[in-house]
Amino acid sequence: MTSFYLNGKSVTVDDDPSTPLLWVIRDTLGLTGTKFGCGMALCGACTVHLDGNAIRSCVAPLSRVAGKYVTTIEGLSNDLTHPLQRAWIEVDVPQCGYCQSGQIMSAAVLLEQNAKPTDKDIDEAMSGNICRCGTYSRIRRAIHRAAELSAEKRSS
Amino acid sequence: MSRADNLSELKHLPPAASTNKIARREFLKTTATIGSGLCIAAYVPELAARSVSNAPAGATVFAPNAFIRIAADESVTVIANHSEMGQGVYTSLPMLLNEELEADWSKIKVEAAPVDPAYNHTVYGIQMTGGSTTTPSEWERFRKMGAMGRLMLIEAAAQKWGVPATECRVEKGVVIHTATGKKATYGSLVAATSQLTPPANIPLKDPKQFTLIGKSVRRLDTPSKTNGTAQFGLDVRIPGMLFALVARPPVFGGKVVSFDAAETLRIKGVRAVEQIPSGVAVIATAFWPAKLGREKLKITWDDGANANLSTTQMLADFSKQSASPGTIAKKTGDPASALAGAAKTITAEYDVPYLAHCMMEPLNCVVDLRADSCELWTGTQFETGDRASAARVAGLPPEKVKINTTLLGGGFGRRANVASDFVVEAVHVAKVAKVPVKVIWTREDDLTGGWYRPMWHDRFAAGLDASGNPIAWTHTIVGQSILTGTPFEPYGVKDGIDSASVEGAADLLYGIPNLQVDLHSPKIGVPVQWWRSVGHSHTGFSVEGFFDEVAHAGGKDPYELRRTLLASQLRMLAVLNLVAEKAGWGKPLAPGRGRGIATHFSFDTYVAQVIEASVEQDGTVRVHRVVCAVDCGRTINPDIVKAQMEGGIIFGLTAALKTEITLENGRVQQHNFYDYPMLRMFESPVIEVYIVPSEQNPTGVGEPSVPPVAPALANAIFAATGKRIRRLPIRTADLATASEAKT
Amino acid sequence: MITKKTNHLRLPFLLLSSACSAALLIFATIAVLHAAPRIPKPDANASREAFLEVYNVFTSPRCQNCHPAGDSPLQGDDSHVHLQYVQRGKDGHGVYGMRCDACHQTANLSGEHMPPGNPKWSLPSPEHKMIIVGRSPAELCRQLKDPKQTGGRSLQQLLEHVSSDDLVGWAWDPGTGRTPPPLSRTETVAQMKIWIDGGAACPQ
Repeated sequence: MTSFYLNGKSVTVDDDPSTPLLWVIRDTLGLTGTKFGCGMALCGACTVHLDGNAIRSCVAPLSRVAGKYVTTIEGLSNDLTHPLQRAWIEVDVPQCGYCQSGQIMSAAVLLEQNAKPTDKDIDEAMSGNICRCGTYSRIRRAIHRAAELSAEKRSS
Repeated sequence: MSRADNLSELKHLPPAASTNKIARREFLKTTATIGSGLCIAAYVPELAARSVSNAPAGATVFAPNAFIRIAADESVTVIANHSEMGQGVYTSLPMLLNEELEADWSKIKVEAAPVDPAYNHTVYGIQMTGGSTTTPSEWERFRKMGAMGRLMLIEAAAQKWGVPATECRVEKGVVIHTATGKKATYGSLVAATSQLTPPANIPLKDPKQFTLIGKSVRRLDTPSKTNGTAQFGLDVRIPGMLFALVARPPVFGGKVVSFDAAETLRIKGVRAVEQIPSGVAVIATAFWPAKLGREKLKITWDDGANANLSTTQMLADFSKQSASPGTIAKKTGDPASALAGAAKTITAEYDVPYLAHCMMEPLNCVVDLRADSCELWTGTQFETGDRASAARVAGLPPEKVKINTTLLGGGFGRRANVASDFVVEAVHVAKVAKVPVKVIWTREDDLTGGWYRPMWHDRFAAGLDASGNPIAWTHTIVGQSILTGTPFEPYGVKDGIDSASVEGAADLLYGIPNLQVDLHSPKIGVPVQWWRSVGHSHTGFSVEGFFDEVAHAGGKDPYELRRTLLASQLRMLAVLNLVAEKAGWGKPLAPGRGRGIATHFSFDTYVAQVIEASVEQDGTVRVHRVVCAVDCGRTINPDIVKAQMEGGIIFGLTAALKTEITLENGRVQQHNFYDYPMLRMFESPVIEVYIVPSEQNPTGVGEPSVPPVAPALANAIFAATGKRIRRLPIRTADLATASEAKT
Repeated sequence: MITKKTNHLRLPFLLLSSACSAALLIFATIAVLHAAPRIPKPDANASREAFLEVYNVFTSPRCQNCHPAGDSPLQGDDSHVHLQYVQRGKDGHGVYGMRCDACHQTANLSGEHMPPGNPKWSLPSPEHKMIIVGRSPAELCRQLKDPKQTGGRSLQQLLEHVSSDDLVGWAWDPGTGRTPPPLSRTETVAQMKIWIDGGAACPQ
């Protein structure tokens, strides 16, 4: 049995401790916002937060998260009010949308650590996430926009 | 009419009822011989639409046709018969419909259509999504469906109030009697409207009155794609469902000789291991045990006839074959004499590899197979074919098969598979699993699974007159036929020419008086398929790359020569001039940078691009800026058009710079993103898109931005380095400077 | 470039298992000490030659991929730039959501092309990058002896780093599909010791 916190709630699963977190989240716990794209930490579709840092859940064994806090896209906000979600909607970033959970989770760590990222910061933070539809220029715009929205929120 | 023109009619044009009748009848005949019970409905939009009620039994809703459902709570559901794979049709189709329905836009919801002839493609005659045709093919029908609803809602209100319908108007989902100010919401009219007969005559708005079409309305699917609630096929879970992975042969056409599942069955969670026609299925309680179990399988394969396939060998064979002309696809003037008499001649050979679609969401399909029914959940572009194929495997009539089309995590053509490969296989797994099952493909399965964009070889010769103008152009193409053996063959393959092989070449827009395009279609055991922009994905590169060579050989500016030879192609000339102006063609560039230009006409859309690029010492290509101009007729949603151009450009850059599928000993050499890499954020250039305003009918948008990317980049690299790129993907080693290459 | 003398010296180590367990390492070190009296006292020539052996190890993909010239680590036996544009960061552990441990676990994951792992997986810090990629033998030799570039590490401490650092040890247990360095860890330590004992002479 392994216990951890998923989006703030304590969960206990009896998957083998070597099972990748991705499949525990999706198949055992039924949260499907976190996506499978490659299974080798190459595409970023499975990005979640572990104690506030981004990890690729497709290669992180369940044992790694025991007792820790995991946040998925479903836990980012419950009402689309996270600045990244607002910016994503404003800029209409997604096309097929499949990679966007991972993109947003990576971007969330960037904004958490850098309130006003430059294009170079965005390159460095976001190049682990592949988008086959090619929404990169909009992701870039939306991250800049989310930074503005966060700043407005802070100053208001 | 050339073959390419003919296909163009099939693939891209909205139906002119009379011209499409014959084609449809042919299609019906062909599909009938496949024996899959494909449902083909003659296309009469209003009648077809009325034949289905999409109303749930017993519910009080207004469903005047197959595409609208209005409920008493004012919600308006648009039933989309085209799949949403990123191209924005779950927003643009409702826009078309609501331009005429005039419901409150904030009340619009979208639902995927079930499989029914009412939802057949207005041109293809089956239910499917592809060919960049959603908007062009639904441009008229969806507006008519919306107008039908509005007229009936007005009629219901007018009858209730005892006033003439002509005295009523609508505003944001409310019928208003102008004189008295009486109002009735659409929701309040649901019961009354349901009693009415749909009108026979449905006039449409003058485009000048459009209030929604032409606006950059935000996509309806974005919120669900930012909080994890969007449901893709891979996310579907039904009660009692197990998960399955399939071990498929390492060589195309290979067969299982024997297998040993002892170790697999020892893995906790593995429930069964069963042979199916396409391989060996491992069925488990979740994905992970199924994957672990598959790794432990011991299978002896019979590799069959394709065990020696080698793309290295094919490259040499194709080049050899291209030395002699193939079947003529297009001939004007006397190219042989013109070449012989030319002041200067140049020749070149171009190569592009097999390519995988590589959608971010790997293929998957959920099947619930019962004694007398079969229900599927999958992201598909090919409902009619999939249903027929699933029915055949299940031993059920097609009407007993229900398909729930989910969102598609990318399609690019792969999910419109003429063999319905991933659906057929999943039904086979369900048959042996005897419980509901979800078959999942891994990335490795996806990349090695075939159905690629064909490998192509193009050999050119051009003759120039004394002043450097091209007077002769010959183009020999070698590559597998995509359409042969598919339901599209009668449309697209005539006299040995697959129009998808020569599109973008045989319909060359440039005014060159002596032209020949011919084709060899070798039969090779690698399954091939349409891949975003299909044949244009190779002809765009080779034709526009060689055109650049011709311009330089004649001492002409590549932009100016295009202008000269496109003088009678006014729409292309306009996008060319626009892109040159916006890109600052001819203006000085930062040191080391080069500019390349390319145009391409595909899916009835005109695109021109200018790319700025540089090459580092180690041969790494940096793409700095892409400027794109497009004329796609009237734009329904300009921001979605821009998004499609941007996405197609990144897709084209990945093909130009990164990816190839190769085979040695019959085995695909690429497996995951480490050897089939995608363009990433740090390599992604600045992209500018300019739309030429137009009042022509809308044309394709999903694919036309792909073809010009590779040639514009290759031409930019030539401008920057003097090195000519004739083979994709562009190889760093070919571009490394001498000093760097030595180290 | 391997001289007869060093070849002779290698023999006992080749007979040993190339495994990197501490016990073996100690045994090997003893072996070196035992072997020492049988060969002439290391001189500058032997030292230089030994350094070239060490250089071949340091410039193998397993070592140099994390000692790049730029701020992106390299990957694979062909030492290509890390596909995901990974950056060194302030502490050598990456930036933002692209920290090394976003993908690299505390141990190798099974299967080819799966992320390799170690609890300390990282690049050298930006203050002391310890660049190996692109360095000639002479340049690398001088760099190792320059405390400003090694973060004040003495040669003995460098030897310690090579002989007992857990992350360095990963190079000799790199997981499926990755070629280990040309010498075993034990041999590498022995050659490094010869280099140091002979005066840490640098090739010209």
